[in-house]
Amino acid sequence: MVIADPLTENIGSEQKRNGKVINDFSILVATPNGSGSQTSNLVLLRALFKMGVPSSGKNLFPSNIQGMPTWYSIRCCQDGYVSWRERAEIAVLMNPATAPDDIAKIQPGGVCLYPESAVNELTRGDLNYYPMPTKQLSKEAPVSASMRPYIANMVYVGVLAHVLGIEITEIEAALRWQFSNRDKLVQLNLSVITAAEEWASQNLTKTDPYVVERSSATEGLMMIDGNSAAALGAIYGGMTVMSWYPITPSTSLADKLSHYAKDLRRSDTGKNTYAIVQAEDELAAIGMVIGAGWAGARAMTATSGPGISLMSEFAGFGYYAEIPAVIWDIQRVGPSTGLPTRVSQGDVTACYWSGHGDTEHVCLLPGNPAECFEFGWRAFDIAERLQTPVFVLSDLDLGMNNWMTTPFDYPEEPLDRGKVLTAKDVSSNGFHRYLDVDDDGIPYRTLPGNEQNGSAYFTRGSGHNADAMYSEDPKDYLENMKRLKKKLNTAQAYLPQPVTVLEHNADIGFIGFGSTDPAITEARDLLAAEGLASSYLRLRALPASTSITNFVNTHNRVYVIELNVDGQLHKVIRLQLPNLNTQLLSLAYCDGQPLTANWITKSVLDKEAEENGTRKQ
Amino acid sequence: MARGNNNTNSIGLTKTDYRGKDTTLCAGCGHISIGSQIITTAFELGLQPEKIIKISGIGCSSKSPAYFLSRSFAFNALHGRMPSVASGAMLANRHLIAIGISGDGDTGSIGLGQFKHAMRRNTPMVYIVENNGVYGLTKGQFSATADEGQELKYYGTNELPPMDLCLEAIVSDCGFVARSFAGDPKQVRPLLKAAISYNGTALLDIVSPCVAFNNAADSTKGYDWARDNDTPLHDISYIPLHEEITADYEPGTTSSVTLHDGSSIILRKVDENYDPTSRTTALRTLEDAKEKNMLLTGLLYYNPRRASLVESERLTDTALSHLSETELRPSEESLKTIMTNL
Repeated sequence: MVIADPLTENIGSEQKRNGKVINDFSILVATPNGSGSQTSNLVLLRALFKMGVPSSGKNLFPSNIQGMPTWYSIRCCQDGYVSWRERAEIAVLMNPATAPDDIAKIQPGGVCLYPESAVNELTRGDLNYYPMPTKQLSKEAPVSASMRPYIANMVYVGVLAHVLGIEITEIEAALRWQFSNRDKLVQLNLSVITAAEEWASQNLTKTDPYVVERSSATEGLMMIDGNSAAALGAIYGGMTVMSWYPITPSTSLADKLSHYAKDLRRSDTGKNTYAIVQAEDELAAIGMVIGAGWAGARAMTATSGPGISLMSEFAGFGYYAEIPAVIWDIQRVGPSTGLPTRVSQGDVTACYWSGHGDTEHVCLLPGNPAECFEFGWRAFDIAERLQTPVFVLSDLDLGMNNWMTTPFDYPEEPLDRGKVLTAKDVSSNGFHRYLDVDDDGIPYRTLPGNEQNGSAYFTRGSGHNADAMYSEDPKDYLENMKRLKKKLNTAQAYLPQPVTVLEHNADIGFIGFGSTDPAITEARDLLAAEGLASSYLRLRALPASTSITNFVNTHNRVYVIELNVDGQLHKVIRLQLPNLNTQLLSLAYCDGQPLTANWITKSVLDKEAEENGTRKQ
Repeated sequence: MARGNNNTNSIGLTKTDYRGKDTTLCAGCGHISIGSQIITTAFELGLQPEKIIKISGIGCSSKSPAYFLSRSFAFNALHGRMPSVASGAMLANRHLIAIGISGDGDTGSIGLGQFKHAMRRNTPMVYIVENNGVYGLTKGQFSATADEGQELKYYGTNELPPMDLCLEAIVSDCGFVARSFAGDPKQVRPLLKAAISYNGTALLDIVSPCVAFNNAADSTKGYDWARDNDTPLHDISYIPLHEEITADYEPGTTSSVTLHDGSSIILRKVDENYDPTSRTTALRTLEDAKEKNMLLTGLLYYNPRRASLVESERLTDTALSHLSETELRPSEESLKTIMTNL
């Protein structure tokens, strides 16, 4: 296994013009958490994005409220590569505790900004050092002494604005956006930023090559985090009941749902057309969702790994009893304490096979905010169409970080409420709850309250016949299990198909999903530059589309790339394609940080060298 | 009460319309008697069977919904998780009538968290605990309500104190807390009717003897002891909305409570006046009864002032399950406006 070494230099060539590197660098901001740096970082990111420079921001934070080290990493790239990189060209060292390590993460010839008052070991001779008078400038700001450490973070925004050439008007606009137009806050922060910029213009001599130039590369794009996009998707998908329990990194999905729903989902009489309930735990959260789905709500929950474990009994029950539900899993490293605020794609098998007995769940795999929005509404359609719990696997990186995205498409299709019988339907045709009437494995259901005599049925887990009567008859059980598998085959028609890029002369292909998409896309270009062409299939749902068979078949080797240690998706796909196992290789890695193009490129080159029997230098 | 001809109720249904499947519970099980009181209650109140949802957990108690109200919807959920399923269903459709059936294991042990939090949220539902102090379906383990010092064949002596579910309910702010005995249908029935009319979670903790595993003469969950020690706080009559009170009560001997739907209950004193609206009285009375080794039954605590879950969520009058697409999906314009700011 290739270990992602943060001290290995970023690969890919910097493009210099007249000695300048334009719109192509990463900024690493190191702070103690709880110091209020998030506002500064988001303002920087938004200003860069609004200047038209493709950008991304990654918050690498500990499970802590105040004092532990945290990093924010912004990447700008004119060519649109915005996956996270191990090293940065520019570092802002606001945390003396991590400064020695942070300095080591700077690219050769890079920039190091530091508070002049802090004693830092400025050990490397190849960097451009810029001291910042953070103490002095925050002292001059019209705020109380207790607010000074927070406002100090605006100093590096101002200094960076000068060093890189970020437009102050865009910074002001970003402040307005960040502070929802609260003028006093905007002016206060802006005064510190402009003072810092002013100071830098008079006192710093720029010796580094990095600059920002206005561009049109982000035209038509927006910036949003996946959890907000998912919340909006759910609202436009007619979510009616949401029950949840706080857990990072899913909490912001529930928060955003409340935030948007209170304006968007009021009835004419001012009442709510939805309910959002914070439950006592994940057991109750999923219990409410299953109860609500059974009674006709578009019900959902959002959780993360530990919550998925607690929900598994109900998820399995929902599969057997055929109850629609939507479960968002914003994946993180698990279990328990340690890395709960770090990203991972580690719940693939936990969700896919959640529950005891023979379960196999529909899982949707969004790879960007636009898909978080789309799957946000589509998940309800699929769940009600198939009458089954649907998992949506996002992760901390996609869910909590800001991503550039194309605008969301308003759903063109009407809501699909599935096979629900009215009182009239029951009275004219009768009702057999679990009978495969249409030969697609999907039975018809009625909703509690349907007034027709004969509409009611008894819901229970494993033991029931086609009329929902209690049965321990082996034949009934087997028939039911067979029908559930048939239903999964039917499911394919409703699931998002993979996004595939075929390179006709490629020996190798990649299968990936979710938040690793930008890293895989960049790695493919880096590999192509090394003369190695590759195809790419981004899976967007489980059970995997049958089209993967052809994809694997047409390549000599297919690497399943994922952000976990065991290669969970690789295992799932191997089970689905037993005859193609020798062509399926696993590229799995997880250390709590986003997967990088660097790591993928090196790992593929290594593996390919092994495969070809000759190690490349 | 039954109207129309003698065999049909106010909505024209016969008692048969409220019956269930043939029971598979043991002959003499207290749960059978509770089931038949539910049948009679629903029939007499003229409830539309299809509007009732029977939600249960796991255990003998939770099997019992199969044996009453076959025309009603039922959900035999997971062990201890009945309250969350009922809460979800009531959020989805506020016009349903939820009857939750649980047992002392289902509620007192594995489901204690959900029991208390459903009450805290005040989910509109009747919460019946068929309390027999023992795990029947797994053949006779002690439950959390088993008597301290009690002996059972395979499991020896119970060293732990029993949990009083009514006390737990009162401290959890449940606004309708009653205790009864399956062997006293005359008391169970009016309590059930009042519980259905209550706007929130109404707990009925009903001692319901298990003839197979816990019916020894000295068991506080057995028939003999319960019959000998049943001490009603009051005689209870339920008066539906628009029905006149016909009985003559001696002045000073009764108090009445008007319920959310306009119906009322008349409490006629037995020995002393008991005020069910005082929480401290209720708690003290239960503690006293424990010391005196009495099975105190009746409406222990009543508080109509709490908002139900449906009210605190400010739900629209139309059931969420029945909202139209235009009510569920905001306009394209609204999405565009949001995106302009991103």
